[in-house]
Amino acid sequence: MTPLVRLLGLAPALLLLGALMVAPLGIIVAYSFMAPDPYGGVLPQLSTDAYVRLLYERDFDDTLFFSPVVLRIFGRSLALALATTLLSLGCALPVAYTIARQPPARRSALLLLVTIPFWTNLLIRTYCWILILRDTGLVNTLLLRLGLIEAPLTLLYTNGAVLLGLVYAYLPFMVLPLYATLERLDTRLLEAAHDLYAGRWQVFRRVTLPLALPGLVAGSVLVFVPSLGAFVTPQLLGGGKNLMLGSLIQMQFAASRNWPFGAALALLLLAFVLLALLLYARAQSRAAGPRAEEALS
Amino acid sequence: MSQGALPRPAAPSVRPKRPRAFRVGHLPGFGLWTALVFLYLYAPLVILVAFSFNDNRAVTVWRGFTLEWYGTLLGNAELRRAALTSLGVAAVATVVATVVATLAALVLVRGGAFRGQRAVGALLLSPLMIPEIVTAVATLALFALLGVSLGVCRVVLAHCAFCIPFAFLPIQARLRSLDRSLEAAAQDLYAPPWRVFRRVTLPLLAPGIAAGALLAFIISLDDFVITLMVAEPGTTTLPLYIYGLVRLGVTPEVNAVSSAMLALSILVVTLSLLLQRR
Repeated sequence: MTPLVRLLGLAPALLLLGALMVAPLGIIVAYSFMAPDPYGGVLPQLSTDAYVRLLYERDFDDTLFFSPVVLRIFGRSLALALATTLLSLGCALPVAYTIARQPPARRSALLLLVTIPFWTNLLIRTYCWILILRDTGLVNTLLLRLGLIEAPLTLLYTNGAVLLGLVYAYLPFMVLPLYATLERLDTRLLEAAHDLYAGRWQVFRRVTLPLALPGLVAGSVLVFVPSLGAFVTPQLLGGGKNLMLGSLIQMQFAASRNWPFGAALALLLLAFVLLALLLYARAQSRAAGPRAEEALS
Repeated sequence: MSQGALPRPAAPSVRPKRPRAFRVGHLPGFGLWTALVFLYLYAPLVILVAFSFNDNRAVTVWRGFTLEWYGTLLGNAELRRAALTSLGVAAVATVVATVVATLAALVLVRGGAFRGQRAVGALLLSPLMIPEIVTAVATLALFALLGVSLGVCRVVLAHCAFCIPFAFLPIQARLRSLDRSLEAAAQDLYAPPWRVFRRVTLPLLAPGIAAGALLAFIISLDDFVITLMVAEPGTTTLPLYIYGLVRLGVTPEVNAVSSAMLALSILVVTLSLLLQRR
């Protein structure tokens, strides 16, 4: 292909994504350094107030005082995203391992089953959990009928409910890359370890797990990134009571209308996501180390 | 193997069990755990669908089978309008994203190496990397800055952009796995490049394009966060409509409309994934 043909082929993609992904991010960066317009939007004047607000609040007499509100919300989001990642890993590892050991035909059928929920509407999948968890929901109705409890338990609108929903939403992201590495696993290595008197679990821990590390890292990033910025699940299952970062950002652009602050929060989230992706890229290139060098030479 | 001198012993009627030592990869409990995880994945969906047929306004108490709630849906004009908006937006976004993604995939896979190739690849996948809420507020900021009222076009434009990677990935995968000798053969038979593309490459690529288009369609149809932020008042897509209902509470109508959407998603996605296998 000549450079001109190349450019023509790529132009629509570059234009669309440049205008609707790159330019908006540039605007967000610019907005985060401006002053908020009390009626929504920004005033065209330079200000670092949005970033100051991440840690401080203004008193009535304009003095700054330290306020951990944003830090606490950020900490909660981070903790929930990490917990989601770990729980997903715990759920997905046996699943990926079991699927990888099935006969090929059944493997693809099971993988299809893992993938399908991911493609269905997140809003609807989250709504299912409201049916199950609410005060007159399935769990409480069952427990009441069985006489195990006397009053309905508060299950919905808790951090636990949000965690359950997040794991539910992003579990397929963990299973797929784990499966991809486990499927390529050379079983002769396991047999060798076994011949050297390692027990089943020792083989799993000392041979299988280290070999599955690239998939494990990939899955963790794929789960962590959307969990950190999640909006729908915390909103519906957390009831907006325990604020998370996604809801906080959205609020700044809607209700309380401080666009620069919202922009600064969005960039903070983005920074964490890029950090996670960077760690991921490094782990992947290290895993692919020798092959990558071969390809380059 | 014995060389024929010795008579072979009669085949044992029961095949001897493989010694356990060879099943070193077998881990006790993993199978059960997998079954439980599949239950976790599917039970909520099954429960939703079951309750959508429940003849009781108190949603979680079963009273009997009914199609009443689906009937109510058909008579709901607001819902019909939201569904039409969603389908229209998804149709336009699918066509645009698929064409754009096909062209980009052809250049990236077949165009030879060029400077900035990796950057272009990253840009194409950027909607997957950037958290949805960030894309949502950033796109809103863009439209606010432009300051023009675009009506439903705002949603369409945003959808075109974030659907691109979902169309791109299956197309790229298909293109990479194509057997290039078929194209070489066509060239040997004096087919000009354009005809090679139209008669050989494109038909071979078609399942990938169809799979990508279906994924783009479903992703557009399902999007909530970006649409919520970007839509002008008056533009209501199906997920926005459902969100409005869910916030008001659990009703049989929500169950029915959610189940219907679920069925559509599963149908389209299964189709797409099967196409990718071809």
